[in-house]
Amino acid sequence: MLKIIHMNVNGKDVELAVDERESLLDTLRNRLGLTSVKKGCEVGECGACTVLVEGKAIDSCIYLSMWADGKKIMTVEGLKGPDGDLSPIQRAFIEEAAVQCGFCTPGLIMSAVEIVGTGKKYNREELKKLISGHLCRCTGYENILNAMERIVEETYKVCGE
Amino acid sequence: MFDIKSFYEAADVNDAVRALREDKDAILISGGTDVLIKLREGKGAGVALVSIHNIRELKEIGMDSCGDITVGAGASFSDVTNNEIIKKYINILGEAADTVGGPQIRNVGTVGGNVCNGATSADTASVLWSMDADVMLCGSEGRREVPICEFYEGPGKTVRRHDEVCTGFRIRKSEYEDFSGHYIKFGKRNAMEIATLGCVARVKLSEDKKFIEEARLAFGVAGPTPVRCRKAEEALRGMSISDPEIYERFAEAGLTEVDPRSSWRASKEFRLQLISELSKRALREALLKSGAAPCTVADIPYGPEGSTGICEEPAKAATGGGEISA
Repeated sequence: MLKIIHMNVNGKDVELAVDERESLLDTLRNRLGLTSVKKGCEVGECGACTVLVEGKAIDSCIYLSMWADGKKIMTVEGLKGPDGDLSPIQRAFIEEAAVQCGFCTPGLIMSAVEIVGTGKKYNREELKKLISGHLCRCTGYENILNAMERIVEETYKVCGE
Repeated sequence: MFDIKSFYEAADVNDAVRALREDKDAILISGGTDVLIKLREGKGAGVALVSIHNIRELKEIGMDSCGDITVGAGASFSDVTNNEIIKKYINILGEAADTVGGPQIRNVGTVGGNVCNGATSADTASVLWSMDADVMLCGSEGRREVPICEFYEGPGKTVRRHDEVCTGFRIRKSEYEDFSGHYIKFGKRNAMEIATLGCVARVKLSEDKKFIEEARLAFGVAGPTPVRCRKAEEALRGMSISDPEIYERFAEAGLTEVDPRSSWRASKEFRLQLISELSKRALREALLKSGAAPCTVADIPYGPEGSTGICEEPAKAATGGGEISA
Protein backbone atom coordinates (compact mmCIF):
# COMPACT_ATOMS: atom_id res chain seq x y z
CA MET A 1 0.00 0.00 0.00
CA LEU A 2 1.30 3.45 -0.82
CA LYS A 3 1.95 5.79 2.07
CA ILE A 4 2.87 9.46 1.99
CA ILE A 5 6.17 10.30 3.66
CA HIS A 6 8.08 13.56 4.10
CA MET A 7 11.85 13.68 4.02
CA ASN A 8 14.51 16.29 3.63
CA VAL A 9 16.78 14.90 0.94
CA ASN A 10 20.03 16.76 0.26
CA GLY A 11 18.60 19.92 1.80
CA LYS A 12 15.30 19.82 -0.10
CA ASP A 13 11.96 18.91 1.49
CA VAL A 14 10.23 16.20 -0.47
CA GLU A 15 6.80 14.67 -0.12
CA LEU A 16 6.30 11.38 -1.87
CA ALA A 17 4.24 8.25 -1.96
CA VAL A 18 6.19 5.09 -1.20
CA ASP A 19 5.26 1.46 -0.89
CA GLU A 20 5.57 0.41 2.73
CA ARG A 21 7.59 -2.62 1.63
CA GLU A 22 10.18 -0.44 -0.05
CA SER A 23 13.78 0.02 1.02
CA LEU A 24 15.20 3.52 1.24
CA LEU A 25 17.64 2.41 -1.47
CA ASP A 26 14.80 1.78 -3.94
CA THR A 27 13.02 5.00 -3.00
CA LEU A 28 16.13 7.13 -3.52
CA ARG A 29 17.09 5.49 -6.80
CA ASN A 30 13.73 4.82 -8.43
CA ARG A 31 11.50 7.59 -7.11
CA LEU A 32 14.03 10.38 -6.71
CA GLY A 33 16.56 9.40 -9.39
CA LEU A 34 19.49 9.60 -6.99
CA THR A 35 21.58 6.98 -8.75
CA SER A 36 24.75 7.67 -6.77
CA VAL A 37 23.17 5.27 -4.29
CA LYS A 38 24.30 1.90 -5.62
CA LYS A 39 22.49 -1.39 -5.28
CA GLY A 40 25.09 -4.02 -4.42
CA CYS A 41 24.57 -7.01 -2.17
CA GLU A 42 21.18 -5.90 -0.76
CA VAL A 43 21.99 -7.54 2.58
CA GLY A 44 24.07 -4.87 4.29
CA GLU A 45 27.45 -6.43 3.56
CA CYS A 46 29.00 -4.30 0.82
CA GLY A 47 28.20 -0.69 1.79
CA ALA A 48 27.59 0.47 -1.80
CA CYS A 49 24.16 1.82 -0.80
CA THR A 50 25.44 3.86 2.15
CA VAL A 51 23.64 7.16 2.72
CA LEU A 52 23.40 9.45 5.74
CA VAL A 53 20.22 9.45 7.81
CA GLU A 54 20.35 12.29 10.34
CA GLY A 55 24.09 12.46 9.74
CA LYS A 56 24.72 8.77 10.38
CA ALA A 57 25.93 6.37 7.71
CA ILE A 58 23.50 3.50 7.17
CA ASP A 59 23.00 0.76 4.60
CA SER A 60 19.92 1.99 2.72
CA CYS A 61 19.26 -1.51 1.32
CA ILE A 62 18.18 -2.74 4.76
CA TYR A 63 16.43 0.43 5.87
CA LEU A 64 12.70 0.80 5.26
CA SER A 65 11.63 4.02 3.60
CA MET A 66 8.84 4.30 6.16
CA TRP A 67 11.50 4.86 8.81
CA ALA A 68 12.89 7.83 6.90
CA ASP A 69 9.63 9.75 7.35
CA GLY A 70 10.48 13.12 8.90
CA LYS A 71 14.23 12.58 8.63
CA LYS A 72 17.16 14.25 6.89
CA ILE A 73 18.80 12.14 4.19
CA MET A 74 22.02 12.88 2.38
CA THR A 75 23.51 11.26 -0.71
CA VAL A 76 26.55 12.11 -2.85
CA GLU A 77 24.34 14.37 -4.98
CA GLY A 78 23.98 16.59 -1.91
CA LEU A 79 27.72 17.26 -1.71
CA LYS A 80 27.74 19.35 -4.87
CA GLY A 81 28.72 22.98 -4.32
CA PRO A 82 26.59 25.90 -5.59
CA ASP A 83 28.56 26.05 -8.87
CA GLY A 84 28.61 22.31 -9.26
CA ASP A 85 32.07 22.02 -7.64
CA LEU A 86 33.20 18.81 -6.09
CA SER A 87 33.51 18.66 -2.31
CA PRO A 88 36.97 18.42 -0.73
CA ILE A 89 36.23 14.76 0.07
CA GLN A 90 35.51 13.99 -3.58
CA ARG A 91 38.65 15.89 -4.64
CA ALA A 92 40.75 13.88 -2.19
CA PHE A 93 39.43 10.65 -3.75
CA ILE A 94 40.39 11.89 -7.22
CA GLU A 95 43.80 13.22 -6.22
CA GLU A 96 44.73 10.00 -4.47
CA ALA A 97 43.40 7.86 -7.36
CA ALA A 98 41.09 6.14 -4.89
CA VAL A 99 38.55 5.40 -7.61
CA GLN A 100 38.75 2.61 -10.16
CA CYS A 101 35.43 1.16 -11.32
CA GLY A 102 33.67 3.59 -9.01
CA PHE A 103 30.88 1.36 -7.74
CA CYS A 104 31.93 1.49 -4.08
CA THR A 105 32.92 5.16 -4.24
CA PRO A 106 29.62 6.93 -3.42
CA GLY A 107 29.13 4.76 -0.34
CA LEU A 108 32.70 5.32 0.82
CA ILE A 109 32.34 9.05 0.29
CA MET A 110 29.22 9.14 2.45
CA SER A 111 31.05 7.27 5.21
CA ALA A 112 33.87 9.79 4.78
CA VAL A 113 31.36 12.61 5.31
CA GLU A 114 30.33 11.07 8.62
CA ILE A 115 33.94 10.44 9.66
CA VAL A 116 35.18 13.91 8.68
CA GLY A 117 32.14 15.47 10.35
CA THR A 118 33.32 14.31 13.76
CA GLY A 119 36.34 16.65 13.39
CA LYS A 120 38.49 14.02 15.07
CA LYS A 121 41.90 12.96 13.86
CA TYR A 122 42.05 9.26 13.07
CA ASN A 123 45.12 7.19 12.31
CA ARG A 124 45.25 4.67 9.48
CA GLU A 125 44.30 1.72 11.68
CA GLU A 126 41.26 3.56 13.01
CA LEU A 127 40.27 4.53 9.47
CA LYS A 128 40.51 0.90 8.39
CA LYS A 129 37.94 0.02 11.03
CA LEU A 130 35.74 2.97 10.10
CA ILE A 131 35.51 1.89 6.45
CA SER A 132 35.18 -1.82 7.23
CA GLY A 133 31.53 -1.74 6.19
CA HIS A 134 32.53 -1.21 2.56
CA LEU A 135 33.79 -3.66 -0.02
CA CYS A 136 36.03 -2.50 -2.86
CA ARG A 137 37.13 -5.16 -5.34
CA CYS A 138 39.46 -2.92 -7.39
CA THR A 139 41.75 -0.73 -5.37
CA GLY A 140 43.00 -2.96 -2.57
CA TYR A 141 41.93 -0.09 -0.29
CA GLU A 142 45.38 1.54 -0.12
CA ASN A 143 44.45 4.61 -2.15
CA ILE A 144 41.09 4.85 -0.44
CA LEU A 145 42.88 4.98 2.90
CA ASN A 146 45.31 7.55 1.48
CA ALA A 147 42.35 9.71 0.46
CA MET A 148 40.72 9.25 3.86
CA GLU A 149 43.94 10.16 5.67
CA ARG A 150 44.36 13.21 3.49
CA ILE A 151 40.86 14.56 4.05
CA VAL A 152 40.88 13.81 7.76
CA GLU A 153 44.23 15.61 8.02
CA GLU A 154 43.03 18.62 5.98
CA THR A 155 39.84 18.94 8.01
CA TYR A 156 41.68 18.62 11.29
CA LYS A 157 44.05 21.44 10.28
CA VAL A 158 41.12 23.73 9.61
CA CYS A 159 38.68 22.75 12.37
CA GLY A 160 40.67 20.93 15.03
CA GLU A 161 38.63 18.90 17.42
CA MET B 1 10.70 -4.63 -2.24
CA PHE B 2 10.52 -6.77 0.90
CA ASP B 3 8.04 -9.62 0.97
CA ILE B 4 5.88 -8.43 3.87
CA LYS B 5 2.13 -8.55 4.30
CA SER B 6 1.83 -5.34 6.24
CA PHE B 7 3.83 -2.75 8.11
CA TYR B 8 2.78 -0.90 11.23
CA GLU B 9 4.87 1.78 12.91
CA ALA B 10 4.00 1.74 16.61
CA ALA B 11 3.64 5.09 18.35
CA ASP B 12 4.87 3.77 21.68
CA VAL B 13 5.47 0.50 23.53
CA ASN B 14 1.81 0.00 24.52
CA ASP B 15 0.77 0.58 20.92
CA ALA B 16 3.25 -2.09 19.80
CA VAL B 17 1.94 -4.54 22.42
CA ARG B 18 -1.62 -3.90 21.23
CA ALA B 19 -0.64 -4.41 17.59
CA LEU B 20 1.11 -7.69 18.43
CA ARG B 21 -1.87 -8.90 20.47
CA GLU B 22 -4.22 -8.22 17.56
CA ASP B 23 -2.11 -10.09 15.01
CA LYS B 24 -0.83 -13.46 16.15
CA ASP B 25 1.45 -13.74 13.11
CA ALA B 26 3.06 -10.32 13.35
CA ILE B 27 6.69 -9.99 14.32
CA LEU B 28 8.59 -7.10 15.86
CA ILE B 29 11.17 -5.17 13.90
CA SER B 30 13.51 -2.67 15.52
CA GLY B 31 16.79 -1.90 13.72
CA GLY B 32 15.92 -4.39 11.01
CA THR B 33 19.51 -5.42 10.30
CA ASP B 34 18.62 -9.07 10.95
CA VAL B 35 14.90 -9.20 10.11
CA LEU B 36 15.22 -7.52 6.71
CA ILE B 37 18.19 -9.68 5.72
CA LYS B 38 16.22 -12.83 6.58
CA LEU B 39 13.28 -11.53 4.55
CA ARG B 40 15.60 -10.91 1.63
CA GLU B 41 16.65 -14.56 1.85
CA GLY B 42 13.01 -15.56 1.74
CA LYS B 43 12.73 -16.58 5.39
CA GLY B 44 9.48 -15.45 6.99
CA ALA B 45 8.11 -14.20 3.69
CA GLY B 46 4.64 -12.65 3.87
CA VAL B 47 4.98 -11.72 7.52
CA ALA B 48 3.32 -8.71 9.15
CA LEU B 49 5.78 -6.28 10.73
CA VAL B 50 5.21 -4.21 13.84
CA SER B 51 7.95 -1.61 13.95
CA ILE B 52 9.39 -0.11 17.13
CA HIS B 53 12.16 1.59 15.15
CA ASN B 54 11.26 5.16 15.98
CA ILE B 55 10.16 4.83 19.61
CA ARG B 56 12.32 7.32 21.46
CA GLU B 57 11.82 5.97 24.97
CA LEU B 58 13.42 2.69 23.89
CA LYS B 59 16.66 4.37 22.91
CA GLU B 60 17.49 5.85 26.30
CA ILE B 61 20.52 4.89 28.32
CA GLY B 62 20.53 6.11 31.90
CA MET B 63 21.33 5.56 35.55
CA ASP B 64 18.74 5.55 38.33
CA SER B 65 19.15 6.82 41.87
CA CYS B 66 20.48 3.44 43.10
CA GLY B 67 23.23 3.51 40.49
CA ASP B 68 21.66 0.78 38.37
CA ILE B 69 22.17 1.36 34.65
CA THR B 70 19.39 0.79 32.15
CA VAL B 71 20.14 0.38 28.46
CA GLY B 72 17.11 0.85 26.22
CA ALA B 73 16.46 -2.07 23.88
CA GLY B 74 16.27 0.33 20.95
CA ALA B 75 19.70 1.87 21.58
CA SER B 76 21.89 1.21 18.56
CA PHE B 77 25.30 -0.40 18.95
CA SER B 78 26.99 2.91 18.20
CA ASP B 79 24.71 4.69 20.71
CA VAL B 80 25.94 2.25 23.34
CA THR B 81 29.62 2.56 22.38
CA ASN B 82 29.53 6.36 22.37
CA ASN B 83 27.38 6.83 25.48
CA GLU B 84 29.18 8.60 28.34
CA ILE B 85 27.60 6.46 31.09
CA ILE B 86 28.58 3.26 29.29
CA LYS B 87 32.10 4.53 28.63
CA LYS B 88 32.57 5.46 32.26
CA TYR B 89 30.99 2.49 34.02
CA ILE B 90 30.57 -0.48 31.68
CA ASN B 91 32.96 0.19 28.84
CA ILE B 92 33.15 -3.53 28.04
CA LEU B 93 29.55 -3.43 26.77
CA GLY B 94 30.48 -0.59 24.42
CA GLU B 95 33.57 -2.48 23.27
CA ALA B 96 31.52 -5.60 22.53
CA ALA B 97 28.88 -3.53 20.70
CA ASP B 98 31.70 -2.05 18.62
CA THR B 99 32.58 -5.49 17.21
CA VAL B 100 29.16 -6.14 15.64
CA GLY B 101 29.04 -6.09 11.80
CA GLY B 102 30.39 -2.87 10.34
CA PRO B 103 29.89 0.84 11.12
CA GLN B 104 26.68 1.21 9.11
CA ILE B 105 25.15 -1.85 10.80
CA ARG B 106 26.17 -0.51 14.22
CA ASN B 107 24.40 2.78 13.50
CA VAL B 108 21.08 0.95 13.05
CA GLY B 109 21.19 -2.47 14.74
CA THR B 110 20.03 -2.51 18.36
CA VAL B 111 21.07 -4.22 21.58
CA GLY B 112 17.48 -5.36 22.11
CA GLY B 113 17.45 -7.09 18.75
CA ASN B 114 20.84 -8.64 19.42
CA VAL B 115 19.48 -10.31 22.56
CA CYS B 116 15.90 -11.03 21.47
CA ASN B 117 17.07 -12.92 18.36
CA GLY B 118 18.21 -15.54 20.82
CA ALA B 119 21.50 -16.07 18.97
CA THR B 120 24.39 -17.51 20.98
CA SER B 121 26.81 -15.44 18.88
CA ALA B 122 25.34 -12.04 19.86
CA ASP B 123 28.31 -9.97 20.99
CA THR B 124 26.45 -7.87 23.54
CA ALA B 125 24.56 -10.86 24.95
CA SER B 126 27.55 -12.64 26.48
CA VAL B 127 28.61 -9.40 28.17
CA LEU B 128 25.10 -8.92 29.57
CA TRP B 129 25.22 -12.55 30.80
CA SER B 130 28.45 -11.82 32.65
CA MET B 131 26.65 -8.96 34.40
CA ASP B 132 23.48 -10.87 35.31
CA ALA B 133 21.51 -8.17 33.52
CA ASP B 134 17.72 -8.22 33.76
CA VAL B 135 15.72 -8.22 30.55
CA MET B 136 12.82 -5.77 30.90
CA LEU B 137 9.66 -6.87 29.11
CA CYS B 138 6.33 -5.16 28.60
CA GLY B 139 3.31 -7.13 27.42
CA SER B 140 -0.46 -7.19 27.65
CA GLU B 141 -0.21 -8.81 31.08
CA GLY B 142 2.02 -6.02 32.33
CA ARG B 143 5.70 -5.51 32.87
CA ARG B 144 8.18 -8.11 34.09
CA GLU B 145 11.92 -8.56 34.39
CA VAL B 146 13.73 -11.79 33.60
CA PRO B 147 17.38 -12.48 34.48
CA ILE B 148 19.16 -12.78 31.14
CA CYS B 149 20.50 -16.25 32.03
CA GLU B 150 16.86 -17.44 32.19
CA PHE B 151 15.78 -15.48 29.13
CA TYR B 152 17.19 -17.93 26.59
CA GLU B 153 15.46 -21.27 25.95
CA GLY B 154 17.57 -22.49 23.05
CA PRO B 155 18.96 -21.36 19.72
CA GLY B 156 16.71 -18.53 18.51
CA LYS B 157 14.27 -19.15 21.35
CA THR B 158 13.60 -16.89 24.30
CA VAL B 159 10.91 -16.64 26.96
CA ARG B 160 9.65 -13.39 25.41
CA ARG B 161 5.96 -13.93 24.69
CA HIS B 162 4.46 -13.04 21.33
CA ASP B 163 2.91 -9.81 22.57
CA GLU B 164 5.84 -8.72 24.71
CA VAL B 165 8.23 -5.94 23.77
CA CYS B 166 11.71 -5.94 25.27
CA THR B 167 12.14 -2.41 26.58
CA GLY B 168 15.68 -2.63 27.88
CA PHE B 169 18.26 -4.15 30.18
CA ARG B 170 19.03 -3.35 33.81
CA ILE B 171 22.57 -3.75 35.08
CA ARG B 172 22.90 -3.53 38.83
CA LYS B 173 25.52 -1.33 40.42
CA SER B 174 26.93 -4.31 42.36
CA GLU B 175 27.52 -6.06 39.03
CA TYR B 176 29.65 -3.34 37.45
CA GLU B 177 31.11 -1.23 40.25
CA ASP B 178 34.89 -1.75 40.60
CA PHE B 179 34.86 -4.38 37.86
CA SER B 180 37.13 -4.26 34.81
CA GLY B 181 36.61 -6.51 31.87
CA HIS B 182 37.66 -7.51 28.43
CA TYR B 183 35.75 -8.97 25.48
CA ILE B 184 37.46 -10.96 22.75
CA LYS B 185 35.59 -11.75 19.56
CA PHE B 186 37.24 -14.47 17.51
CA GLY B 187 36.40 -14.56 13.84
CA LYS B 188 38.10 -15.09 10.52
CA ARG B 189 37.74 -11.42 9.64
CA ASN B 190 38.08 -8.30 11.74
CA ALA B 191 34.80 -6.84 10.53
CA MET B 192 31.45 -7.90 9.07
CA GLU B 193 31.81 -11.12 10.97
CA ILE B 194 29.73 -13.34 13.22
CA ALA B 195 31.73 -14.57 16.18
CA THR B 196 33.27 -18.02 15.93
CA LEU B 197 33.65 -17.58 19.65
CA GLY B 198 33.11 -14.65 22.00
CA CYS B 199 34.77 -14.52 25.42
CA VAL B 200 34.06 -12.14 28.29
CA ALA B 201 36.28 -12.00 31.37
CA ARG B 202 35.68 -9.48 34.15
CA VAL B 203 37.41 -9.07 37.49
CA LYS B 204 37.00 -7.12 40.69
CA LEU B 205 40.20 -6.77 42.71
CA SER B 206 40.79 -6.29 46.42
CA GLU B 207 41.53 -2.75 47.57
CA ASP B 208 45.31 -3.28 47.44
CA LYS B 209 44.90 -4.51 43.83
CA LYS B 210 46.70 -7.77 44.61
CA PHE B 211 43.90 -10.32 44.91
CA ILE B 212 40.91 -11.28 42.82
CA GLU B 213 37.79 -10.62 44.85
CA GLU B 214 35.36 -11.66 42.15
CA ALA B 215 35.62 -12.91 38.60
CA ARG B 216 33.14 -13.34 35.77
CA LEU B 217 33.44 -15.56 32.71
CA ALA B 218 30.91 -15.83 29.92
CA PHE B 219 31.01 -17.07 26.34
CA GLY B 220 29.09 -16.75 23.12
CA VAL B 221 28.96 -19.72 20.70
CA ALA B 222 30.24 -22.09 23.41
CA GLY B 223 26.80 -23.69 23.55
CA PRO B 224 23.29 -23.33 22.13
CA THR B 225 22.86 -20.09 24.10
CA PRO B 226 25.42 -17.75 25.66
CA VAL B 227 26.88 -19.41 28.74
CA ARG B 228 28.15 -18.28 32.11
CA CYS B 229 30.96 -20.25 33.79
CA ARG B 230 30.28 -19.96 37.50
CA LYS B 231 32.72 -22.69 38.56
CA ALA B 232 35.55 -20.86 36.83
CA GLU B 233 34.49 -17.66 38.57
CA GLU B 234 34.47 -19.44 41.92
CA ALA B 235 37.91 -20.98 41.25
CA LEU B 236 39.56 -17.56 41.06
CA ARG B 237 38.07 -16.07 44.21
CA GLY B 238 40.79 -14.82 46.55
CA MET B 239 43.68 -15.78 44.29
CA SER B 240 46.69 -13.53 43.83
CA ILE B 241 46.91 -11.78 40.48
CA SER B 242 50.62 -12.57 40.30
CA ASP B 243 49.99 -16.32 40.60
CA PRO B 244 50.44 -17.86 37.11
CA GLU B 245 48.09 -20.70 38.21
CA ILE B 246 45.07 -18.40 37.77
CA TYR B 247 45.00 -18.88 34.00
CA GLU B 248 44.95 -22.68 34.03
CA ARG B 249 42.39 -22.78 36.81
CA PHE B 250 40.14 -20.33 35.01
CA ALA B 251 40.37 -22.10 31.65
CA GLU B 252 40.09 -25.64 33.02
CA ALA B 253 37.04 -24.90 35.13
CA GLY B 254 35.51 -22.98 32.23
CA LEU B 255 35.93 -25.96 29.91
CA THR B 256 33.75 -28.12 32.18
CA GLU B 257 30.85 -25.69 31.81
CA VAL B 258 30.63 -25.24 28.05
CA ASP B 259 29.05 -27.30 25.28
CA PRO B 260 30.25 -26.10 21.88
CA ARG B 261 29.19 -27.72 18.62
CA SER B 262 30.81 -28.17 15.26
CA SER B 263 29.44 -25.85 12.61
CA TRP B 264 30.63 -24.70 9.21
CA ARG B 265 32.43 -21.87 10.97
CA ALA B 266 34.54 -24.06 13.23
CA SER B 267 34.79 -27.55 14.69
CA LYS B 268 33.94 -28.39 18.28
CA GLU B 269 37.61 -29.19 18.94
CA PHE B 270 38.76 -25.81 17.67
CA ARG B 271 36.11 -24.05 19.73
CA LEU B 272 37.26 -25.90 22.85
CA GLN B 273 40.81 -24.73 22.17
CA LEU B 274 39.54 -21.18 21.69
CA ILE B 275 37.58 -21.34 24.93
CA SER B 276 40.68 -22.34 26.85
CA GLU B 277 43.02 -19.86 25.19
CA LEU B 278 40.69 -16.87 24.97
CA SER B 279 39.60 -17.16 28.60
CA LYS B 280 43.27 -16.80 29.59
CA ARG B 281 43.91 -13.89 27.28
CA ALA B 282 40.71 -12.10 28.27
CA LEU B 283 41.50 -12.62 31.96
CA ARG B 284 44.97 -11.13 31.54
CA GLU B 285 43.59 -8.11 29.69
CA ALA B 286 40.91 -7.65 32.34
CA LEU B 287 43.58 -7.74 35.05
CA LEU B 288 45.72 -5.22 33.18
CA LYS B 289 42.70 -2.92 32.82
CA SER B 290 41.85 -3.20 36.52
CA GLY B 291 44.41 -0.68 37.66
CA ALA B 292 46.85 -3.22 39.09
CA ALA B 293 50.51 -2.45 38.46
CA PRO B 294 51.33 -4.32 35.20
CA CYS B 295 54.42 -5.94 36.78
CA THR B 296 52.17 -7.61 39.39
CA VAL B 297 49.94 -9.29 36.80
CA ALA B 298 51.11 -12.84 36.10
CA ASP B 299 52.02 -13.77 32.53
CA ILE B 300 50.12 -16.54 30.81
CA PRO B 301 52.41 -19.58 31.00
CA TYR B 302 53.55 -20.44 27.46
CA GLY B 303 50.95 -18.01 26.29
CA PRO B 304 50.70 -15.66 23.31
CA GLU B 305 53.48 -13.44 22.14
CA GLY B 306 54.32 -10.68 24.55
CA SER B 307 54.33 -12.85 27.65
CA THR B 308 57.88 -13.08 28.87
CA GLY B 309 57.86 -16.88 29.02
CA ILE B 310 58.07 -17.09 25.24
CA CYS B 311 60.62 -14.36 24.69
CA GLU B 312 63.13 -15.56 27.27
CA GLU B 313 62.84 -19.29 26.90
CA PRO B 314 62.25 -20.27 23.31
CA ALA B 315 62.66 -23.96 24.09
CA LYS B 316 59.66 -23.89 26.41
CA ALA B 317 57.63 -21.91 23.94
CA ALA B 318 58.20 -24.54 21.29
CA THR B 319 56.72 -27.28 23.44
CA GLY B 320 54.02 -25.26 25.14
CA GLY B 321 52.88 -22.95 22.39
CA GLY B 322 52.28 -25.73 19.90
CA GLU B 323 53.62 -23.63 17.06
CA ILE B 324 55.32 -25.33 14.15
CA SER B 325 58.65 -23.77 13.34
CA ALA B 326 59.84 -23.66 9.75
